[in-house]
Amino acid sequence: MTVLVRRDGPRNPPAAGRIRARRPLFTARGREAAAGWLMSAPVIVLLLVFLVAPIAMAAWVSVSDWNGIGSPFASGVHAVGGQNYKALLTQPGLPQQQLGESLRNNLYYVIIVVPVQTALALGLALIVSRKRLAGRGFFRTAYYFPSMTSSVAVSILFLYIFGTAGVMNAIIGDLGGQGPNWLDDPNGVLHIILSGLGVTTAPGALANHGFLGVSWWDWLAGPSVAMIAIIALAIWTTAGTFMLIFLPAIYAIPSDITEAALMDGANAWQRFRRITLPMLRPALFLVLTLGLIGTWQVFDQIYLMSQGNPAGTTLTPAFLSYLTSFSDQQWGQGAAIAFILFAIIVVLTIAQRLIISERRAGRAS
Amino acid sequence: MRSKIAIAALAAAGLAVLSTACSSGNGFGSSSASSTAAAAATPNKSALTLMFGSSGTAETAAVQQAAKAFTKQSGIPVQVIAASNLTQQVAQGFSGGTPPNVFYLDPLTFQSYAKDGVLDAYPSSLPNASGFASALTQAFTYKSSFTCEPKDASTLALYINTTDWQQAGLGAPPANWSQLEADAKKLTTGGRAGLTIDQTHSGIDEFFYQNGGTVTNAAGTKVDLDSAQNVAALTFLKGMLNQGIMKFPSQMGAGFSGQAFGENKAAMDIIGNWENGELESDYPNVKFKVYPLPAGPSGTHATLSFTNCWGVPKQQNNLTGAIDFVKFLTTSQQEMTFSKAFGVIPSLTTAQAQYETTYPQYATFVQELAYAHPDIAIAGATQALSAFDSALQQLASGNPASILGTAQQNLQAVINQGS
Repeated sequence: MTVLVRRDGPRNPPAAGRIRARRPLFTARGREAAAGWLMSAPVIVLLLVFLVAPIAMAAWVSVSDWNGIGSPFASGVHAVGGQNYKALLTQPGLPQQQLGESLRNNLYYVIIVVPVQTALALGLALIVSRKRLAGRGFFRTAYYFPSMTSSVAVSILFLYIFGTAGVMNAIIGDLGGQGPNWLDDPNGVLHIILSGLGVTTAPGALANHGFLGVSWWDWLAGPSVAMIAIIALAIWTTAGTFMLIFLPAIYAIPSDITEAALMDGANAWQRFRRITLPMLRPALFLVLTLGLIGTWQVFDQIYLMSQGNPAGTTLTPAFLSYLTSFSDQQWGQGAAIAFILFAIIVVLTIAQRLIISERRAGRAS
Repeated sequence: MRSKIAIAALAAAGLAVLSTACSSGNGFGSSSASSTAAAAATPNKSALTLMFGSSGTAETAAVQQAAKAFTKQSGIPVQVIAASNLTQQVAQGFSGGTPPNVFYLDPLTFQSYAKDGVLDAYPSSLPNASGFASALTQAFTYKSSFTCEPKDASTLALYINTTDWQQAGLGAPPANWSQLEADAKKLTTGGRAGLTIDQTHSGIDEFFYQNGGTVTNAAGTKVDLDSAQNVAALTFLKGMLNQGIMKFPSQMGAGFSGQAFGENKAAMDIIGNWENGELESDYPNVKFKVYPLPAGPSGTHATLSFTNCWGVPKQQNNLTGAIDFVKFLTTSQQEMTFSKAFGVIPSLTTAQAQYETTYPQYATFVQELAYAHPDIAIAGATQALSAFDSALQQLASGNPASILGTAQQNLQAVINQGS
């Protein structure tokens, strides 16, 4: 985030903090500080009540045997240590296998959705920002429309599009192919490609070993056909939102730089690669980060469209956490899944930040 | 320094807000205790909340009308809430300390709540407790105590498309598995399967019972899925799938078997009586008849029964009122009113007799209750069961013994973890 902060405006000189701390309350600076705290108190209290407290409660539930009845802090609830995490991470069984499957499904979802939606959003933003394009306002609105529409309506629309006799299969039929039974097809796309190449059974090395209760062969299944439909939906709805983040960043690129490049004889691709893209790095970082976090937390489309079916190939950790808590009343385990997901997101975001800032440092030297 | 004190004060204030917010849930127990004590002296007229999952406007209207009639009779106001996601909303009520006073409860969630001891075992205080069909009572009995009165009944039966049947020149409906297979073969044409069933445990388990197998032991402590009888039953179904004379709804682009039957993509369907409403509203031109399920090779008759009950939480502000309300809802007269309004089969045997005379074409469902087994219900087993369903979906290419073996392991693990 440093990249962004630096652009927000001048920071206080580093010494200011130390000077302020020594000032007593009755000086002007001190009174200012007190007033500042007072003014921000409502927000701080709201954050504590609605953000910090629920997270702390969930953390407690994840190491307790709370059964969903009454307060988690009542006397009948006991701490069980890491038992809920152990059942998910180290003990072979259905909970571990389902966590493994949900992570696999979500991983493929992220790997496809994040790059495609980012590229699409950037492409749309570049097109829409052209000064010569007629009806720019119309296109901007049109591309942003899916993001404004309720995800419930969009999900139901996609249920029809990807139905057995839906629009998608009608188009494939017109082109002479036969569309799959989209939302009921649990076969992994990579498995389908492999079987097309004649590989139908797993090599022993892949079938007999695995991670988190899922064999390596199944880890390599790829997203299921049903998941592809949900991936298409996610890309279609969010590309417009991220286009809106890219747009002002593109407008903010000073035109004199572009003009100078033109004078130097740079072609369109060179201008994009050497000027536009580097200037868009902060926006790109924001879009990638938001995309990464959002895709790992995917819940509503799954809830509305597939409920984890077919054969658990659209199960995601967020939906699994919900199912474990509300359907199976295993609240501790459900909360533990949420924290495992939280850890994954934090680690990936930090890794992403390191990669991007490393590149930046590399360029600067 | 002062600012640090200010931060500390703020944090303390925040914590105080938090602790009051969190502890409000605990206060509920004591207040309800005092209100029940007061009920002995003057009748408790506190308002009741009824939460239910509705099948549609007809059911919502009928339930609202029943609540109004109860209010008129007892003076206790009732707020009726049609939940969009019943299990979730009831769970939220329980965790907040304010569950609805009366709610629809399915057998699987019943097991969880009964185990947690949060349900009032009110049937013992009502005169009609012995008036329900035994498969229904069994579904809501926890550790030999009948805890929750069933509100309706459903059983699986064999639906036959009579037009297809006559075209194929068939006579009496199939009485056993071999006849079922032979008839399915004759009914199969290019674009139509002879038979369809739902690809879930709730659509398939009846074949285990028909073959002399079972799903769990009577006490529900041991899963008994991987028996030789069950493997044989699943192998029989796999055989029909591989011959192409039976198809799962997903193979025909249908959401569930009843849809495939309505669209005449299958000539026979094993499904519950909820299909009647589906056929009436969506496929009014389909001519069909309902027959009892064919018996297994040794002549054993069996089907599955499905039901919900009127759940009443132990800890609430008007327990006596809630029980009175359930008593009002579980009379023969009220159950027949519901039946006429939205097509459910009554749970009381006296009302079922009336149902049979009013709807002779659907009498099969009631008669089958005599040999019905409740659909499997184990606390916390939703996901283990849906994993089983996923495996069943792949039956055509799967190995029956290993499908049952895996399900056996997963379900037994759920039971062991819970005990």
